[in-house]
Amino acid sequence: MPRHLLEVENLTVRLAAGKAARPILDGVSLHVAQGETVGLVGESGSGKSVTCRSVLGLFPEGAEADGSLRVDGNDVLTMPSARLRELRRRDVSMIFQDPRASINPIRRIGDYVTEGMRAGGVSRDLALKRAEELLESVGIRDSHAALRRYPHEFSGGMLQRVMIAGALAGEPRLLLADEPTTALDVTTQAEVISILTGLRTERAMAMLFVTHDLELAAAICDRIYVMYAGRIVEVQSAEGLFNRPRHPYTMGLLAATPRLDADRPRGVPGRPVSLADALTGCAFAARCAHARPRCGEQEPVPQVIDDAQVACLRAEELFDE
Amino acid sequence: MVRFLLRRIAGIIATLVVTSFAVFGSVHLAPGDPASFLLGGRSASPAAVAAIRAQYNLDDPFLVQYAKWVGGVLTGDFGRSVQFRQDVAGLITARLPTTLWLVGYAALLIVVVGLLLGALAALRPGVVDRLVLLGTGIATATPSFVAAMGLISLFSLQLGWFPAFGNGSGVGDRIWHLTLPAAALALTFAGLLARVTRASMLEELGREHVEVSRSRGVPGRDVVRRHVWRNALGPIATVTGTVVAGLLVATSIVETAFGLSGVGQLLVGSVTVKDFPVVQAVSLLVVLAFVSVNLLVDLLYPLIDPRLTHAKGGAS
Amino acid sequence: MTALPIHRRKILAPLTRLAGGDKLVTAALAVLVVLIIAAVFAPLIAPHDPEAIDLSATLSGLTPDHLLGTDQSGRDILSRMLYGAQTGLLGPLLVVVISTVLGTLLGVSAAWLGGAVDALLSRMMDLVFSFPALLLAITLVAVFGVGLTAPVIAMSVAYAPYVGRLARSVALQEMTRPYIQAYRVQGWSGWAICLRHLLPNIVPLILAQSAINFGYALMDLAALSFLGFGVQPPAADWGAMVNEGAGAMLQGAMLPALAPGAIIVITVVAFSMVGEAIADRVALREN
Repeated sequence: MPRHLLEVENLTVRLAAGKAARPILDGVSLHVAQGETVGLVGESGSGKSVTCRSVLGLFPEGAEADGSLRVDGNDVLTMPSARLRELRRRDVSMIFQDPRASINPIRRIGDYVTEGMRAGGVSRDLALKRAEELLESVGIRDSHAALRRYPHEFSGGMLQRVMIAGALAGEPRLLLADEPTTALDVTTQAEVISILTGLRTERAMAMLFVTHDLELAAAICDRIYVMYAGRIVEVQSAEGLFNRPRHPYTMGLLAATPRLDADRPRGVPGRPVSLADALTGCAFAARCAHARPRCGEQEPVPQVIDDAQVACLRAEELFDE
Repeated sequence: MVRFLLRRIAGIIATLVVTSFAVFGSVHLAPGDPASFLLGGRSASPAAVAAIRAQYNLDDPFLVQYAKWVGGVLTGDFGRSVQFRQDVAGLITARLPTTLWLVGYAALLIVVVGLLLGALAALRPGVVDRLVLLGTGIATATPSFVAAMGLISLFSLQLGWFPAFGNGSGVGDRIWHLTLPAAALALTFAGLLARVTRASMLEELGREHVEVSRSRGVPGRDVVRRHVWRNALGPIATVTGTVVAGLLVATSIVETAFGLSGVGQLLVGSVTVKDFPVVQAVSLLVVLAFVSVNLLVDLLYPLIDPRLTHAKGGAS
Repeated sequence: MTALPIHRRKILAPLTRLAGGDKLVTAALAVLVVLIIAAVFAPLIAPHDPEAIDLSATLSGLTPDHLLGTDQSGRDILSRMLYGAQTGLLGPLLVVVISTVLGTLLGVSAAWLGGAVDALLSRMMDLVFSFPALLLAITLVAVFGVGLTAPVIAMSVAYAPYVGRLARSVALQEMTRPYIQAYRVQGWSGWAICLRHLLPNIVPLILAQSAINFGYALMDLAALSFLGFGVQPPAADWGAMVNEGAGAMLQGAMLPALAPGAIIVITVVAFSMVGEAIADRVALREN
């Protein structure tokens, strides 16, 4: 079987002693194949951002990571710093949620876009030429002038495009997108999404798309992982997840999405698990309508049901119902 | 941009006018007759009193006196010193080099030590940070005259490395003589600058764009250089204004403690003998220097943060 | 604690919390208490008359009779330092109290009345900012003569804008809160709202700033005494003692100059720590 581009196996991340009662990531396993677009969906606090950042070797201060995280066969967790920096420059890139906070406000746009390239040894002039082309490719007109402008002269949507251009500078094989459209208004969201989907086709780039919006993920991803309280609870093809969710949490998420043609949305009762709560058994048991006593005692292991992998003790029973 | 500059200069002129008015007018605030005040309470012959009255135009209305004084100041005539019977301008010019050397030397120490220690504390949390906090805590609590005594006691009297008094002559000798005074002058302010630098850098280090830069494979040292330093300069520049004001006045104390014949010591000596022309002149010059430095710092801000130029002088 | 009436609980609580929180801050508070006791009870505690000259025992060094030695006139240094705490603490106290009251008044008025009044008061504060405190004090001493009066007045005026600026910005912030608007709409007068609701919310921050200003005032007043402008000999004052001790240093006795210097540093450090601790508590409460 050909090696996946990104292979995460049993990744567990614990914060520094005393900061949390449970691991922030608990046995997370996922993979992204070459050219595939994979979604990672969950509420705030589910650990999806931490997972995303882990791929680049960015961990919270003082945190410990166990398990393995391989990009193209190389384990990020044990990589020497110089190799890690090269990984960040060339193989994997990330775009972040708030472009205004992510780009240094007192340096020029050209500076931002070329920074990664120049750290890799590319000459300044060559890097600026590449930057100009990149800005054009993300739809910024008059890119030559744009290079000399400052971030505050751009709108949020434009800045997000700049961030994408910067991320593409190293010609990455894998693009990590951490809620790239959450901070934008709906029209701009659509524009940015179309740029991303266009680019992934052009460059045959794999993408890990992190979001809390299940509908958005279903629209652009091939496969989707659903996370809750630091654990993966379900993984299926986008079409399968949307139409035949297997995990009670996924079902709840879908039911909570407002839709024009459906009844009023029903939220998932209860509140997300905080880091101060230790977990026994299934993380979702407290909020699950289908919970049984054993759900609070035994931690569910992912099982294959139909086309999906589900971490639920009652998955088969619910499937039959 | 030009409009901003003009507005600030107008503000400075206004400040100087009010200050000079206050400084000039305080002679008349003093209890008793201005003439005897200017004579320093010394009894004098009627001819001397008449001379003083003529020299200071004391028979003219107050505003005319003020106008004449300002006229004199603008042409460099600050009047005559009562104790030295010389032109005040000449007295000041003679002593200016020593003071400028001292203040310049101290400023260098402040900037180098303050920025270095502050950056060190921000970039190396833990023991180094705590040591710097302890050191700067004590430094900011040590007035310059206490520092002067401590330094003289240790480095001059016990170790004999540096002289305790005097200006020195010639560049090398001057620097040797001015080292302890400059250190005494610099101590409090270096501590203050270190703290502000540390706080500002810590704040910038926590910003998201710093993490983003790291995530793109830029080495740590370059990240600090390109994304933390310049972003942290704002508060540091502001503190510089405070430091300069403090330096200009604390120099009086240090010059007195070390027996240096600078402008500050001239001021101190003139107070007890009520040599008011000197006090007036020096006060005015100090205020002028202070507001000029503040203006300079304000002009520097747009260089640090381009968002400001666009806000003030841009197409809006 | 529950047995205490509510208003007293509110006063004591910050103190006990302060003391309990941090060992360093507790030490700082202890130092301050010792100093205040020294100042108030100096006549009872001091082993010698601070102004008693004894030419047979000049520069004696540490002896059982003179725990910190004597100066060139044979006066006991320890006694002088204890008495020195009186002017050493009183001067800054006056400066801080006056500048805080003045500054708060100016700042809150500027914020509340707004418009032309705000512009005028802010310009006035800016004007005083351009005149360094020490220079103002020196000028006033030149006009009105030496002693504590001129310096205290000068520094109260010079420090007022620092408090005023803080008071103004905090007041402006508080004024945007809905509860102030609510009181206005209900017909409360400006004075009443300011006194009963605005002030209590800005007092903690101003208090923190004032504690830190106390240290600065102490340093500046001691410097003035060192120059001979403040407290006059033969009265005991830390700054003046350092000046007198300079001559002793040249004769090889370090203590007369260094002991008062050290106590100045210790006092200022203690006040800064307490001030910062208060500021931290305020910041924590806001969050």
